[in-house]
Amino acid sequence: MEEQDMDDKLVIRGIEFRSRLWVGTGKYKDFEETRRAVEASGSDVVTVAVRRVNIVDRKSGNLLDFIDPKKYKILPNTAGCYTVEDALRYSRLAREAGISDLIKLEVIGDEKTLFPDTWGLLKATEILAKEGFIVLPYTNDDPIMAKRLENAGAAAVMPLAAPIGSGLGIRNPFNIRIILETVNLPVIVDAGVGTASDAAIAMELGCDAVLINTGIAGAKDPIAMAEAMKHAVIAGRLAYKAGRIPKKLYATASSPIEGML
Amino acid sequence: MSRISFRPSGLAGAVRDAVFYFMRIILNAESREASDGSTIAGLLRDLGIEPGRVAVEVNLSIIKRSDHASFHLKEGDTVEIVNFVEGG
Repeated sequence: MEEQDMDDKLVIRGIEFRSRLWVGTGKYKDFEETRRAVEASGSDVVTVAVRRVNIVDRKSGNLLDFIDPKKYKILPNTAGCYTVEDALRYSRLAREAGISDLIKLEVIGDEKTLFPDTWGLLKATEILAKEGFIVLPYTNDDPIMAKRLENAGAAAVMPLAAPIGSGLGIRNPFNIRIILETVNLPVIVDAGVGTASDAAIAMELGCDAVLINTGIAGAKDPIAMAEAMKHAVIAGRLAYKAGRIPKKLYATASSPIEGML
Repeated sequence: MSRISFRPSGLAGAVRDAVFYFMRIILNAESREASDGSTIAGLLRDLGIEPGRVAVEVNLSIIKRSDHASFHLKEGDTVEIVNFVEGG
């Protein structure tokens, strides 16, 4: 990512991330489209799910034939887990199948909203952190829970912008700001980002990264949207670091009064 | 356990009868036959699965990759083989 300030790296537990845009690999037309979108996003982190191997059809190919684990950091999730026990089981299987201790921990509370069950999330975070996992929990935009997750050993917190796949954008930017002030951990907005401006807003607030799946995969042209998200995240990060002007109700002239006729 | 025996026609001398034993295991929620005493390494090889990209669980316990060659399956074992797939 030649445009980015190379010193402005995101580091989580000693792991350096080149990109502040993280992308999911679900919902693409095929693996080739996934590969092209991931490449266009400039991301070096991709999320994956843990599922049974297809025993019957061994020729159907695997995602990792298209997304080279040597080139990308593979971040497994526990999507689809509704209990602490399942989340622990999937996390442990993910670590065995992969090469790192990273886990994007999800304990889902409800099928309709896919909102996290934060009670279960907290318990699972505590157990997995003790087992040496680098736990990145998908949580609500709740500063109190974010703090509890930090105390339980989370390596970052991943508050939702809005429900998974909803594309509603950041529903509560004020809570995200409070989370940023509350925890001493990287804050990565996960879920609900619908278009480039949503990603830019997350970064302008001071978030450390944004994770997007449906917002890219569900676009009419996922490859173009991946590129748009890439620029939005870079722009938002730069704007945050540049320090925006305060909002005011009335105008201030940009051109001098002096010298007018 | 079922016993299948046959007389290999192409073999002469002492090896007259070869006896193969099979056992039933539950593999990824499907009942399946495997050679008796198969190791996990052997099962993966038979299935054409690259061991480097999967995790194997037997009766809810993860069997580490380094133990695949020495772990022998038993009749009735519940085996899960998982890998990474697309996800958000």
